[in-house]
Amino acid sequence: MMDETQLIAAAQSGDRLAFDELVRLTYLDVFTLAVRLTGNDEDARDVVQDAYLRAWKAIGGFRGDAQLSTWLYRITANCASTHLSRRRRHRTEPLLPGLDPTELRHEVQPEAMTESMLELQRIAAALDELPPKLRSVVVLRDVYGLAHEAIAEELGISVSAAKVRLHRARKQLRDEMFEERRSERAV
Amino acid sequence: MRYEDVADLLPGLADGTLEIEDRTRAFIESDLRCQAELARYRRLIRGLGTLRAAYLEPAPGSLAQTLNSLAVEGERRVARSILTGRRIAVAAAALGGAAIAGVATAAVMTARTRRRVLAG
Repeated sequence: MMDETQLIAAAQSGDRLAFDELVRLTYLDVFTLAVRLTGNDEDARDVVQDAYLRAWKAIGGFRGDAQLSTWLYRITANCASTHLSRRRRHRTEPLLPGLDPTELRHEVQPEAMTESMLELQRIAAALDELPPKLRSVVVLRDVYGLAHEAIAEELGISVSAAKVRLHRARKQLRDEMFEERRSERAV
Repeated sequence: MRYEDVADLLPGLADGTLEIEDRTRAFIESDLRCQAELARYRRLIRGLGTLRAAYLEPAPGSLAQTLNSLAVEGERRVARSILTGRRIAVAAAALGGAAIAGVATAAVMTARTRRRVLAG
Protein backbone atom coordinates (compact mmCIF):
# COMPACT_ATOMS: atom_id res chain seq x y z
CA MET A 1 0.00 0.00 0.00
CA MET A 2 1.35 3.44 -0.96
CA ASP A 3 1.81 6.26 1.55
CA GLU A 4 0.68 9.83 0.91
CA THR A 5 3.95 10.94 -0.74
CA GLN A 6 3.89 7.98 -3.12
CA LEU A 7 0.23 8.56 -3.93
CA ILE A 8 0.97 12.23 -4.72
CA ALA A 9 3.87 11.24 -7.01
CA ALA A 10 1.69 8.67 -8.78
CA ALA A 11 -1.17 11.16 -9.17
CA GLN A 12 1.29 13.71 -10.57
CA SER A 13 2.29 11.25 -13.27
CA GLY A 14 -1.38 10.89 -14.25
CA ASP A 15 -2.49 7.90 -12.14
CA ARG A 16 -6.12 8.72 -11.43
CA LEU A 17 -6.62 5.76 -9.11
CA ALA A 18 -3.85 7.16 -6.91
CA PHE A 19 -5.64 10.49 -6.90
CA ASP A 20 -8.92 8.74 -6.01
CA GLU A 21 -7.13 7.25 -3.01
CA LEU A 22 -5.98 10.74 -1.96
CA VAL A 23 -9.60 11.89 -2.25
CA ARG A 24 -10.70 9.05 0.03
CA LEU A 25 -8.01 9.93 2.58
CA THR A 26 -8.85 13.64 2.71
CA TYR A 27 -12.58 13.70 1.94
CA LEU A 28 -13.94 14.02 5.47
CA ASP A 29 -11.53 16.83 6.30
CA VAL A 30 -12.24 18.77 3.09
CA PHE A 31 -16.00 18.23 3.38
CA THR A 32 -15.98 19.48 6.99
CA LEU A 33 -14.10 22.63 5.94
CA ALA A 34 -16.56 23.19 3.10
CA VAL A 35 -19.54 22.93 5.48
CA ARG A 36 -17.88 25.34 7.91
CA LEU A 37 -17.30 27.81 5.06
CA THR A 38 -20.66 27.57 3.31
CA GLY A 39 -22.88 26.86 6.32
CA ASN A 40 -24.75 23.95 4.73
CA ASP A 41 -24.20 20.44 3.38
CA GLU A 42 -25.65 20.98 -0.06
CA ASP A 43 -23.36 23.88 -1.02
CA ALA A 44 -20.49 22.04 0.65
CA ARG A 45 -20.96 19.02 -1.65
CA ASP A 46 -20.72 21.25 -4.75
CA VAL A 47 -17.68 23.07 -3.34
CA VAL A 48 -15.92 19.79 -2.53
CA GLN A 49 -16.57 18.44 -6.02
CA ASP A 50 -15.19 21.62 -7.63
CA ALA A 51 -12.21 21.60 -5.29
CA TYR A 52 -11.17 18.04 -6.13
CA LEU A 53 -11.62 18.64 -9.86
CA ARG A 54 -9.35 21.66 -9.60
CA ALA A 55 -6.90 19.75 -7.44
CA TRP A 56 -6.75 16.94 -10.04
CA LYS A 57 -6.03 19.45 -12.80
CA ALA A 58 -3.39 21.22 -10.69
CA ILE A 59 -1.76 18.26 -8.91
CA GLY A 60 1.18 18.41 -11.33
CA GLY A 61 2.04 21.82 -9.91
CA PHE A 62 1.93 20.71 -6.25
CA ARG A 63 5.53 21.07 -5.11
CA GLY A 64 5.22 19.60 -1.64
CA ASP A 65 6.56 22.69 0.15
CA ALA A 66 3.20 22.81 1.96
CA GLN A 67 1.25 19.84 3.30
CA LEU A 68 -1.29 18.31 0.93
CA SER A 69 -4.06 19.14 3.41
CA THR A 70 -3.06 22.83 3.49
CA TRP A 71 -2.94 22.90 -0.31
CA LEU A 72 -6.44 21.35 -0.44
CA TYR A 73 -7.75 23.79 2.20
CA ARG A 74 -6.61 26.69 0.02
CA ILE A 75 -8.30 25.28 -3.08
CA THR A 76 -11.48 24.59 -1.07
CA ALA A 77 -11.46 28.12 0.35
CA ASN A 78 -11.13 29.56 -3.14
CA CYS A 79 -13.95 27.36 -4.51
CA ALA A 80 -16.20 28.23 -1.55
CA SER A 81 -15.55 31.94 -2.05
CA THR A 82 -16.45 31.68 -5.76
CA HIS A 83 -19.50 29.53 -4.96
CA LEU A 84 -20.79 31.92 -2.29
CA SER A 85 -20.36 35.03 -4.42
CA ARG A 86 -22.12 33.28 -7.34
CA ARG A 87 -24.86 32.28 -4.91
CA ARG A 88 -25.28 35.86 -3.71
CA ARG A 89 -25.82 36.93 -7.31
CA HIS A 90 -28.46 34.23 -7.93
CA ARG A 91 -30.02 34.01 -4.50
CA THR A 92 -32.71 31.32 -4.22
CA GLU A 93 -35.19 30.35 -1.54
CA PRO A 94 -34.14 27.67 0.94
CA LEU A 95 -35.28 24.15 0.05
CA LEU A 96 -37.34 23.80 3.20
CA PRO A 97 -38.74 27.19 4.20
CA GLY A 98 -38.52 27.86 7.91
CA LEU A 99 -36.02 25.09 8.55
CA ASP A 100 -32.43 26.14 9.19
CA PRO A 101 -30.20 23.50 7.56
CA THR A 102 -27.65 23.91 10.35
CA GLU A 103 -30.26 22.64 12.82
CA LEU A 104 -30.10 19.28 11.10
CA ARG A 105 -26.53 18.88 12.29
CA HIS A 106 -27.25 19.70 15.93
CA GLU A 107 -29.74 17.04 16.84
CA VAL A 108 -27.95 15.50 19.82
CA GLN A 109 -29.61 16.14 23.17
CA PRO A 110 -27.63 18.73 25.20
CA GLU A 111 -27.98 16.84 28.51
CA ALA A 112 -26.19 13.83 27.02
CA MET A 113 -23.08 15.87 26.27
CA THR A 114 -20.02 16.75 28.24
CA GLU A 115 -19.23 20.41 28.94
CA SER A 116 -16.51 20.54 26.26
CA MET A 117 -18.77 18.96 23.62
CA LEU A 118 -21.44 21.46 24.51
CA GLU A 119 -18.99 24.32 24.15
CA LEU A 120 -17.88 22.94 20.78
CA GLN A 121 -21.48 22.93 19.63
CA ARG A 122 -21.99 26.48 20.88
CA ILE A 123 -18.96 27.62 18.92
CA ALA A 124 -20.15 25.77 15.79
CA ALA A 125 -23.61 27.32 16.16
CA ALA A 126 -22.10 30.79 16.70
CA LEU A 127 -19.97 30.32 13.58
CA ASP A 128 -23.09 29.50 11.58
CA GLU A 129 -24.54 32.85 12.65
CA LEU A 130 -21.63 34.84 11.21
CA PRO A 131 -21.92 36.49 7.79
CA PRO A 132 -20.08 34.31 5.21
CA LYS A 133 -17.30 36.89 4.68
CA LEU A 134 -16.38 36.91 8.37
CA ARG A 135 -16.94 33.19 8.81
CA SER A 136 -14.54 32.27 5.97
CA VAL A 137 -11.66 34.19 7.51
CA VAL A 138 -12.11 32.98 11.08
CA VAL A 139 -12.57 29.36 9.96
CA LEU A 140 -9.46 29.42 7.78
CA ARG A 141 -7.34 31.16 10.42
CA ASP A 142 -8.51 29.90 13.79
CA VAL A 143 -9.83 26.46 12.86
CA TYR A 144 -7.45 25.46 10.04
CA GLY A 145 -4.43 27.62 10.88
CA LEU A 146 -3.85 29.17 7.44
CA ALA A 147 -1.56 32.21 7.24
CA HIS A 148 -3.15 35.66 6.73
CA GLU A 149 -1.37 35.92 3.35
CA ALA A 150 -2.78 32.59 2.12
CA ILE A 151 -6.29 33.52 3.28
CA ALA A 152 -6.08 36.90 1.55
CA GLU A 153 -4.88 35.30 -1.68
CA GLU A 154 -7.59 32.63 -1.82
CA LEU A 155 -10.43 34.99 -0.90
CA GLY A 156 -9.19 37.72 -3.26
CA ILE A 157 -8.78 40.37 -0.55
CA SER A 158 -5.84 42.29 0.94
CA VAL A 159 -3.96 40.99 3.98
CA SER A 160 -5.13 43.95 6.05
CA ALA A 161 -8.75 43.29 5.04
CA ALA A 162 -8.30 39.67 6.11
CA LYS A 163 -7.02 40.81 9.51
CA VAL A 164 -9.85 43.30 9.98
CA ARG A 165 -12.41 40.61 9.12
CA LEU A 166 -10.74 38.19 11.53
CA HIS A 167 -10.94 40.67 14.42
CA ARG A 168 -14.57 41.47 13.64
CA ALA A 169 -15.42 37.79 13.45
CA ARG A 170 -13.73 37.03 16.77
CA LYS A 171 -15.51 39.95 18.41
CA GLN A 172 -18.89 38.82 17.10
CA LEU A 173 -18.23 35.23 18.21
CA ARG A 174 -17.11 36.43 21.63
CA ASP A 175 -20.33 38.45 21.98
CA GLU A 176 -22.41 35.51 20.84
CA MET A 177 -20.70 33.03 23.15
CA PHE A 178 -20.19 34.94 26.36
CA GLU A 179 -22.98 37.52 26.38
CA GLU A 180 -25.46 34.72 25.74
CA ARG A 181 -24.07 32.75 28.67
CA ARG A 182 -24.27 35.80 30.92
CA SER A 183 -27.92 36.34 30.01
CA GLU A 184 -28.60 32.61 30.60
CA ARG A 185 -27.22 32.94 34.12
CA ALA A 186 -29.30 36.05 34.79
CA VAL A 187 -32.53 34.13 34.08
CA MET B 1 -5.77 55.15 29.06
CA ARG B 2 -9.12 53.39 29.41
CA TYR B 3 -10.45 49.92 28.58
CA GLU B 4 -12.54 51.40 25.73
CA ASP B 5 -9.35 52.74 24.08
CA VAL B 6 -7.85 49.27 23.71
CA ALA B 7 -10.93 47.02 23.46
CA ASP B 8 -10.64 46.75 19.65
CA LEU B 9 -7.06 45.51 19.93
CA LEU B 10 -7.92 42.55 22.13
CA PRO B 11 -9.20 40.13 19.43
CA GLY B 12 -5.85 40.52 17.62
CA LEU B 13 -3.78 40.38 20.79
CA ALA B 14 -5.32 37.13 21.97
CA ASP B 15 -3.15 34.98 19.70
CA GLY B 16 -0.10 37.25 19.90
CA THR B 17 -0.17 38.27 16.22
CA LEU B 18 -0.81 41.99 16.81
CA GLU B 19 2.13 44.30 17.52
CA ILE B 20 1.37 47.13 19.96
CA GLU B 21 3.28 49.89 21.74
CA ASP B 22 4.89 49.10 25.10
CA ARG B 23 2.73 51.73 26.83
CA THR B 24 -0.48 50.07 25.57
CA ARG B 25 0.83 46.62 26.43
CA ALA B 26 1.63 47.76 29.97
CA PHE B 27 -1.90 49.10 30.41
CA ILE B 28 -3.51 45.89 29.10
CA GLU B 29 -1.36 43.75 31.37
CA SER B 30 -2.37 45.76 34.41
CA ASP B 31 -6.07 46.19 33.64
CA LEU B 32 -8.30 43.43 35.04
CA ARG B 33 -11.10 44.00 32.54
CA CYS B 34 -8.63 43.66 29.64
CA GLN B 35 -7.23 40.47 31.16
CA ALA B 36 -10.70 39.00 31.55
CA GLU B 37 -11.52 39.85 27.93
CA LEU B 38 -8.23 38.40 26.69
CA ALA B 39 -8.98 35.19 28.60
CA ARG B 40 -12.37 34.97 26.84
CA TYR B 41 -10.80 35.48 23.41
CA ARG B 42 -8.11 32.87 24.13
CA ARG B 43 -10.75 30.39 25.24
CA LEU B 44 -12.69 31.11 22.06
CA ILE B 45 -9.61 30.62 19.84
CA ARG B 46 -8.74 27.37 21.66
CA GLY B 47 -12.30 26.17 21.10
CA LEU B 48 -12.17 27.09 17.42
CA GLY B 49 -8.92 25.10 17.10
CA THR B 50 -10.60 21.97 18.43
CA LEU B 51 -13.35 22.27 15.80
CA ARG B 52 -10.85 21.08 13.18
CA ALA B 53 -11.06 17.54 14.50
CA ALA B 54 -14.85 17.65 14.88
CA TYR B 55 -15.60 16.11 11.51
CA LEU B 56 -19.01 16.40 9.92
CA GLU B 57 -20.37 13.33 8.16
CA PRO B 58 -21.34 13.89 4.53
CA ALA B 59 -24.56 12.43 3.16
CA PRO B 60 -24.17 8.85 1.90
CA GLY B 61 -23.04 8.81 -1.72
CA SER B 62 -21.20 12.16 -1.62
CA LEU B 63 -17.75 10.59 -1.93
CA ALA B 64 -18.92 8.30 -4.75
CA GLN B 65 -20.38 11.32 -6.57
CA THR B 66 -17.07 13.19 -6.32
CA LEU B 67 -15.08 10.16 -7.52
CA ASN B 68 -17.52 9.76 -10.40
CA SER B 69 -17.12 13.39 -11.47
CA LEU B 70 -13.34 12.87 -11.43
CA ALA B 71 -13.75 9.78 -13.61
CA VAL B 72 -15.89 11.73 -16.09
CA GLU B 73 -13.29 14.53 -16.16
CA GLY B 74 -10.53 11.94 -16.68
CA GLU B 75 -12.41 10.42 -19.65
CA ARG B 76 -12.94 13.88 -21.11
CA ARG B 77 -9.24 14.57 -20.79
CA VAL B 78 -8.35 11.31 -22.57
CA ALA B 79 -10.87 12.05 -25.32
CA ARG B 80 -9.43 15.56 -25.71
CA SER B 81 -5.87 14.24 -25.99
CA ILE B 82 -6.94 11.61 -28.55
CA LEU B 83 -8.72 14.29 -30.58
CA THR B 84 -5.70 16.57 -30.34
CA GLY B 85 -3.46 13.66 -31.43
CA ARG B 86 -5.73 12.90 -34.39
CA ARG B 87 -5.79 16.54 -35.42
CA ILE B 88 -2.00 16.62 -35.35
CA ALA B 89 -1.85 13.41 -37.42
CA VAL B 90 -4.32 14.79 -39.99
CA ALA B 91 -2.42 18.08 -40.21
CA ALA B 92 0.89 16.24 -40.59
CA ALA B 93 -0.58 14.01 -43.31
CA ALA B 94 -1.94 17.05 -45.13
CA LEU B 95 1.42 18.82 -44.91
CA GLY B 96 3.23 15.66 -46.07
CA GLY B 97 0.84 15.27 -48.99
CA ALA B 98 1.30 18.88 -50.00
CA ALA B 99 5.07 18.50 -49.83
CA ILE B 100 5.01 15.35 -52.01
CA ALA B 101 2.73 17.06 -54.52
CA GLY B 102 5.06 20.07 -54.63
CA VAL B 103 8.13 17.89 -55.23
CA ALA B 104 6.31 15.92 -57.94
CA THR B 105 5.14 19.11 -59.69
CA ALA B 106 8.67 20.53 -59.57
CA ALA B 107 10.08 17.27 -61.05
CA VAL B 108 7.55 17.29 -63.90
CA MET B 109 8.26 20.96 -64.66
CA THR B 110 12.03 20.34 -64.65
CA ALA B 111 11.66 17.33 -66.98
CA ARG B 112 9.48 19.33 -69.40
CA THR B 113 11.93 22.23 -69.43
CA ARG B 114 14.84 19.82 -70.15
CA ARG B 115 12.88 18.15 -73.00
CA ARG B 116 12.16 21.59 -74.57
CA VAL B 117 15.84 22.58 -74.31
CA LEU B 118 16.92 19.30 -75.95
CA ALA B 119 14.28 19.62 -78.72
CA GLY B 120 15.30 23.23 -79.39
